[in-house]
Amino acid sequence: MTDHPDPSRRGALKCLAFGGAGTLFTLSGGILTPMALAPMALSSNALAQSAGVPLFLQISDTHIGFNKDANPDVAGTLKETIALVNGMKARPALTIHTGDITHLSRASEFDLASQLFSDLKAGELHTVPGEHDVTDGMGNEYFARFGKASDNRGYYSFDHQGVHFVGLVNVMNFKPNGLGGFGADQLAWLKSDLEARSSSTPIVVFAHMPMWTILESWGWGTGDAEEALSYLRRFGSVTILNGHIHQIVQKVEGNITFHTARSTAYPQPQAGQGDGPGPLKVPAGQLKHMLGITDIRLQRHHLALNDTTLA
Amino acid sequence: MNRFAQFLAYPLALFLFITSAAAGENVIVIKKFMFNPMDVTVPAGTDVTWENQDGEPHTVVSLTNDFRSQALDEKDKFSHRFDKPGTYKYICSIHPRMVGTITVVEK
Repeated sequence: MTDHPDPSRRGALKCLAFGGAGTLFTLSGGILTPMALAPMALSSNALAQSAGVPLFLQISDTHIGFNKDANPDVAGTLKETIALVNGMKARPALTIHTGDITHLSRASEFDLASQLFSDLKAGELHTVPGEHDVTDGMGNEYFARFGKASDNRGYYSFDHQGVHFVGLVNVMNFKPNGLGGFGADQLAWLKSDLEARSSSTPIVVFAHMPMWTILESWGWGTGDAEEALSYLRRFGSVTILNGHIHQIVQKVEGNITFHTARSTAYPQPQAGQGDGPGPLKVPAGQLKHMLGITDIRLQRHHLALNDTTLA
Repeated sequence: MNRFAQFLAYPLALFLFITSAAAGENVIVIKKFMFNPMDVTVPAGTDVTWENQDGEPHTVVSLTNDFRSQALDEKDKFSHRFDKPGTYKYICSIHPRMVGTITVVEK
């Protein structure tokens, strides 16, 4: 990884997406640049050797409770993910789970997930629910465990190392067209939450479903995301992290970088390929190349340019 | 006009009967991310059962909060008795583009 000290660069956050497939993406001057790595270079070793401490990690779609052909041992692959993170030389103080912790919202699944996550040595764990976590409706298993941070609303914000983090829920307010939705109350909350921040504050938004429409007929998008984005556009650096689709899809729009994470459980087909967005069975040797995590770093020199944001 | 209404009513009644019969004892099969049949008409007081035949879980969630299933894994079933005439739209909350309607008519 070479840093390019370019003062015109807008993105403060560099987003590194790790996976066995060996592709690493850096955000440079607002343009995502995929860098090809030697296929074997990106292992836990590469993760351990990458310079500096990541600002935080993103884990997504652990689907504890899933037991079908696509991955009969999702607890095992989550354990491997946790071991990979724990093996990092410099671990972040924050981990974000972008939902679908469980497969069927069952108490036993949440219990197993909590037990596994108690071994994760990567700081505080923050979560937002996926639609698989809240099939029992508002205020049940998910909220009993993770509702405290948000006063049982599910959405909340906090600050960490000068970055403002906003967790949103777009899996409980579905639009008739099948897209996710935030709903008016949450949007009003988001608007007032962001109003108080200076435009130079780096913003990280995390929510389960993609906040841009990847494929409407599969519900891969958020119907009222545009309203949320209209509050976010004035900020100099916005990173939107989602899960749900179990593969990396990304785009950059002005100062906003959108990125979906891999699952730790099973892959899904590319948009529009096959009957629907279900588990994708791949040859056994391929599975672990399609599961993974994301880690996010602050670029030191860029922070120097924007040091008011980190006061 | 009366005759015209009759002219419409008979095929409609026949159609409703067939739709209802096709559902086979009011079982709605969930397969390939679809409720099948999507639209079912039943007389008030009928139990309707959904059965998930997909490997992927689904739910049956009323858009008007009248009924809600747990997550149905493969082969899981959910039943609800419809006592009040009306139109009940529902979705799968995991895959909300999956929609269906239960129309409940007077006995």
